[in-house]
Amino acid sequence: MPEQPGRSAIEVRGVRKVFGSGESQVAALDTVSVSIRENEFFTLLGPSGCGKTTLLRLIAGFDFPSAGEILLHGQDIAPLPPFRRPVNTVFQNYALFPHMTVAENIGFGLEMLGKPKTEVKARVAEMLKLVKMEALSNRRTSQISGGQQQRVALARALAPQPKVLLLDEPLSALDFKLRKEMQIELKRLQHETGITFIFVTHDQEEALTMSDRIAVMSSGKILQVGTPWDIYDKPAERFVADFIGETNFLTAAISGMGNGKARATLKSGATIDATVAEGFQPKDNATVVVRPEHAKLTSGKGDLSGTVENIVYFGTDTHIHVRLDSSESFTVRQQNTRSAGCGFERGDKVGISIGNDAAQVLRD
Amino acid sequence: MASRFDVRRQTGFTTIAMICFFALYLPIVTLVVYAFNSGNSIAVWEGVSLRWFYQAWNNSQVVDAAIRSLQIALVAATIATIVATMAALATTRTKPYPGLGFKYAFINQPLMVPEIVTAVALLIFFSRIKIWTGYSGLGYLMAAHTAFCIPFAYLPIRARLESMDLSLETAAADLYATPWKAFRRVTFPLLWPGILAGLMLAFVISLDDVVITEFVKSGGQDTLPTYMLGQFRRFITPEINAISTVFLLISILIVTVFFFISRKKDHE
Repeated sequence: MPEQPGRSAIEVRGVRKVFGSGESQVAALDTVSVSIRENEFFTLLGPSGCGKTTLLRLIAGFDFPSAGEILLHGQDIAPLPPFRRPVNTVFQNYALFPHMTVAENIGFGLEMLGKPKTEVKARVAEMLKLVKMEALSNRRTSQISGGQQQRVALARALAPQPKVLLLDEPLSALDFKLRKEMQIELKRLQHETGITFIFVTHDQEEALTMSDRIAVMSSGKILQVGTPWDIYDKPAERFVADFIGETNFLTAAISGMGNGKARATLKSGATIDATVAEGFQPKDNATVVVRPEHAKLTSGKGDLSGTVENIVYFGTDTHIHVRLDSSESFTVRQQNTRSAGCGFERGDKVGISIGNDAAQVLRD
Repeated sequence: MASRFDVRRQTGFTTIAMICFFALYLPIVTLVVYAFNSGNSIAVWEGVSLRWFYQAWNNSQVVDAAIRSLQIALVAATIATIVATMAALATTRTKPYPGLGFKYAFINQPLMVPEIVTAVALLIFFSRIKIWTGYSGLGYLMAAHTAFCIPFAYLPIRARLESMDLSLETAAADLYATPWKAFRRVTFPLLWPGILAGLMLAFVISLDDVVITEFVKSGGQDTLPTYMLGQFRRFITPEINAISTVFLLISILIVTVFFFISRKKDHE
């Protein structure tokens, strides 16, 4: 595919990273390729040890790839040391300099770039305003709260106007309420500065709510890249479907493939329409996923039938766990109303109807 | 459980602690008291006077030895601290590799080899060099003191480096600081209390040394401790007590100054 110049901020091409040597070699990244667009809020999502932080460190220059290229606006930066890359990082533990004030921390990058004092001062003032920390500019970093340290770390990394901002699980040390606030704050900062953000997290909800696009990683590989909507509604593999949100897995026979769609015949005998994951290789039996909120419980006949095993009330909705006649388990999420219960009881014989656009065939 | 284990509540511990304190400090207190004796004896009290301080101050041998001690300690502690800082950086800011443990041992070698062995070895080694070069100045003592001061300076500096958050240096590099600038602006200011501790320790160790100095020094190169040792071969007066008291005061001063500097750093 021909390169579109200027469109991608970061282009990772066939990057491998191997730690250790000989027998104890571990591939932290196994031939990863991904393209991150300009002005994008891009999230690397995966469980710990999936390689997301390794990829971030390679882009920052704290580690060097064993193989492959990392392009920044078309230029290979993989061999450059971190201090030669127009890329800044917000560290998980913030890594603020304890012997400097808030303002000195924020001005550090510009100072190192050799900017004149007046420019540094003006930019620091601007940054303090951006993160609403003007009042605390002369405090030591040990004299401010965790949330404030977070803002200083952001301001410090944004001050030199990097081409790309890397964020390594920056919200994980904050409590729930502060984390929600900072999520909105980060989106605002990204919008106002127009800088490409690459955000690393293991929190799928955080990834879904904040990102323009998400790359789901597992065991050193990128499994799927897409918008939150793509990732949630059209997962490509079992791992992706399982890691993000709750879901039902069903075995089905696939027929009538075409145009990204297929007919899936479930074990109950019902045939439903399903979208097909990219890279799906035709085979007899495949896994179909249906999100719990995209299925409906009926007292009559549906696409599936089974017995209610358990009912769990969640406030906004109720989860009804059904044991299907095929012995697979299936969960339906039903929106609650004020006046009535969910309408079913444990032991009820029920049918489940799956909507027209509810099922996705996985490629693995 | 009724109460936590508290060593102070165990019978006998207070007594043992008191005995230890007395054993440690009583002789020193006696020494200081007799520095103010107006008589000629270090054991018979005759009255309070500053006579022996005055006499020591006017004794050119004492003053010369004291100046020599300070010169040697200053030079040796400074060089040792610089070398130790570089060694500590080289051994902590690297990925562990086979042979690193050997290097630790190598740096700390002067702590493990008996001092008398080093002293004899230096005596023989330096006497060769003296014959070749004809130089017989204070350089030999300074070199010898530098060598045995290095591990003392190295230990606190390495401890400080190991407890430092490595991501701070990474952050500096991320913010366009070249390795040298990152060292100057981030590592060094945070390492400073460790370096100061190393310097003080090395200084006191050098000031205090007898064995190696006794073997390495040429004629007329007495330091304060070797001068005092020499005096014991003759008639002892409370002048020795007076010198020791001043010596003690200097040590306490150094430790106190260091204590306040390090405390201030920690509270920032």
